[in-house]
Amino acid sequence: MGRAVNSEVGKFKPGDRVTVKFEDRPGHIRTPWYIRGKTGWIERVHGDFLNPESLAFGRDGLPQRTLYLVAFNQSDVWGKSSGSKDKVLVDIYEHWLSPA
Amino acid sequence: MPRGHHDIGGLPGAAAVDQTEHQLSDWEILADAVNQALGARGIKRTDELRRAREEMDSAAYRDMTYYERWIASIETILIEKKILTKDEIDRRLAEFEKEWGEP
Amino acid sequence: MMEDQAMSGGHQTDEDHGHEHPKHELSYYAKRIYAIRDLLLEKGVITEKDIQDQIEYQEARSPANGAKLVARAWIDPAFKARLIGNPKAACAEMGIDATSINEFVVLENTEKVRHMVVCTLCSCYPRPILGRPPDWYKSFNYRQRAVNDPRGVMQEFGLELPHDVEVRVHDSTADIRYLVLPMRPEGTEGLSETELARLVTRDSMIGVMDALPTLPPS
Repeated sequence: MGRAVNSEVGKFKPGDRVTVKFEDRPGHIRTPWYIRGKTGWIERVHGDFLNPESLAFGRDGLPQRTLYLVAFNQSDVWGKSSGSKDKVLVDIYEHWLSPA
Repeated sequence: MPRGHHDIGGLPGAAAVDQTEHQLSDWEILADAVNQALGARGIKRTDELRRAREEMDSAAYRDMTYYERWIASIETILIEKKILTKDEIDRRLAEFEKEWGEP
Repeated sequence: MMEDQAMSGGHQTDEDHGHEHPKHELSYYAKRIYAIRDLLLEKGVITEKDIQDQIEYQEARSPANGAKLVARAWIDPAFKARLIGNPKAACAEMGIDATSINEFVVLENTEKVRHMVVCTLCSCYPRPILGRPPDWYKSFNYRQRAVNDPRGVMQEFGLELPHDVEVRVHDSTADIRYLVLPMRPEGTEGLSETELARLVTRDSMIGVMDALPTLPPS
């Protein structure tokens, strides 16, 4: 979807399978609880952005983090075995992702 | 740290989506404008406001309306940044309340 | 005028913006914004013009902007490609100021794929294009159900999809703002661009429904 974005630092590329880390740490986190621990794949590389976890406390948000659009099968996220093709897609920062 | 009160995607127990819409009151339009103005002046970032909302009392988060939560967060951040004090706000509000009075 | 009311400390309005409560009846935080505003102005943190500018900026933004983009995309395939490829530039072509969006992505609906957008964590929404989000988009029920029951939500908005259509729900958790490009309804070849724009509802650009199949009554 749309123009390809080059990331200066990103290590994942579209198609890579990734698992969302299941960290349970304090602070301002933009990785929703429901997606932690789930496995999906990189759909798009959005590019590099300031880190909201730092910005939320008045800090400068550096170093920038690569942001990805990660796609998941609904059946993998919610455990339903409906055989549906439905997906949920979440914008997730690289430091929350491990190679699957 | 437990799941934040704002982190509600996929939680069970939700009901049908209420599609009624309301016209914004003056105070809501003002809250919106003050918030955006503070951002435009670089006084605060949206991320800070979100964090303040996430840190508020969970019962209050559920009970307050959308713009009430914004105002509470704006106040928290302005006090945190030592731009205003709670005391000043309380005193100014008390002055206004005298003006507004009862009919 | 709305601007005067928002800027004055005291008096009540006769204008029709919903029914205005006398200020002494407002809730605790509703009252406090007046004190906060007054203090910020007094201390020169922001100016009255800052507030006025933001009110006007917001007033200029509405779903009509999005509808213009969609209608143009429907009739002009080259514009549609530009809209998908570089949405901010395509907006600028149409005189729509999307510069304050950090990153903007347009999601194209097809016969086989429908998109739906939510912000489960708060209420992120493409405000510079569409204006303020509707109350329901910000509601707990929508934020909870959009990700695990999108078809149920769509049904509430009148959209029933067969199982061989893929539903893709986007949770905008970061600085990306999403706009759904609904499908052009069948049988609309004879409509003008302006008429086509009237088929594009705000809710179709969030993705909970398709565009209207026929022109609504004026």
